[in-house]
Amino acid sequence: MNWIVTFLLVGGVFFLAIGTIGLLRLPDFYSRLHAAGKCDTLGVTLLMTAIALYNLHAPSFGSVLVSWKIFAIVFFIFMASPTATHAMTKAAMLVGVEPWQKKKGTRK
Amino acid sequence: MMSQVFLAVALAIVLLIFPCLVRALGGPTVLDRIVGVNMIGTKTTVLLLLIGLIYKDLSMFVDIALAYAFLNFIATIGACKFFRRSKQVHLEDDLVTEEEASA
Amino acid sequence: MKAKFAAFVIMLIFWVILSGMFDAFHLTLGVISCLLVAHFSGKMLFEGLRVEVRARQILGMLAYGPWLLWEIVLSSLQVTYIVLHPQMLDKMDPQLIRFKTKLKSTFARVTFSQSITLTPGTITVSVHDDEMTVYALTRSAADSLPGEMEKRIARALEPEQT
Repeated sequence: MNWIVTFLLVGGVFFLAIGTIGLLRLPDFYSRLHAAGKCDTLGVTLLMTAIALYNLHAPSFGSVLVSWKIFAIVFFIFMASPTATHAMTKAAMLVGVEPWQKKKGTRK
Repeated sequence: MMSQVFLAVALAIVLLIFPCLVRALGGPTVLDRIVGVNMIGTKTTVLLLLIGLIYKDLSMFVDIALAYAFLNFIATIGACKFFRRSKQVHLEDDLVTEEEASA
Repeated sequence: MKAKFAAFVIMLIFWVILSGMFDAFHLTLGVISCLLVAHFSGKMLFEGLRVEVRARQILGMLAYGPWLLWEIVLSSLQVTYIVLHPQMLDKMDPQLIRFKTKLKSTFARVTFSQSITLTPGTITVSVHDDEMTVYALTRSAADSLPGEMEKRIARALEPEQT
């Protein structure tokens, strides 16, 4: 049990780290959103699943309720993260941030 | 033994917040800053849960984390809506343009 | 009426999970506030649809969830590959694509655009009626749309084949 929790925790921190490195390294705003939107969602999901599992170590009514709440947070983040990404992309499009392009003129 | 693992993970997340802060402070566009702040908020949600585990009071901190996740989402959407309206804020730092305007 | 009752039940479950108190005082408060909210805005949750159809959509959503989770893992691994690649600019070829979706209902369209954002190499920029604009990170990611995901969502969420 402890090993599963540790494994999930390490995986979650790994994906959060990837998201952060991506946020620093990628060339333009839109590709940064790729790193932010996907890796963060997965990393947070893994970490919170680990915490909820560990919390069920000594099952009682209260701890089951707390684990349900943690899963509610995970569900909410699943809903909210793409929506926030979408809002930011649309704002960037309307304001006119230019996407980074490999070759000029490939934009359809 | 597990509490030390949680402490290590919490420290790693705190260290990961600093690069996001670099992005949030350093731009180059306003929307990049919003992404940075959003990522800091997401990490803080997890951090709150880990603090709850370390101090053995998870049932209290889970409510705070839930409220924080909601607020983070609403703040991001609100900021996007705001900057969508104002065209002239768009690129680069406004500080530079203000200096240029005064000079 | 049925819509309001279903909204009331859902909100009451949510209240009980969040509060965790089972004495008479807190339960009464919960019932009163859920009744109020269900009375004023209960129609929002089931707008323009029968309750049975919405219930079927939620069940379809549960079946669709695990596949989406696996796609997210794949997409994160792909982002990992690009981010950690030393010459990552060679690996990227960003482009905007537009296409028309065949999905009819609003709920299915929203789910589709959210799923596109969460799957490898693509994020949704805008949805106007049935025209979607997608920003893709690589050429292959752009070519894979709309593809399998639209079929899965159509099977899980569309009310009736029209």
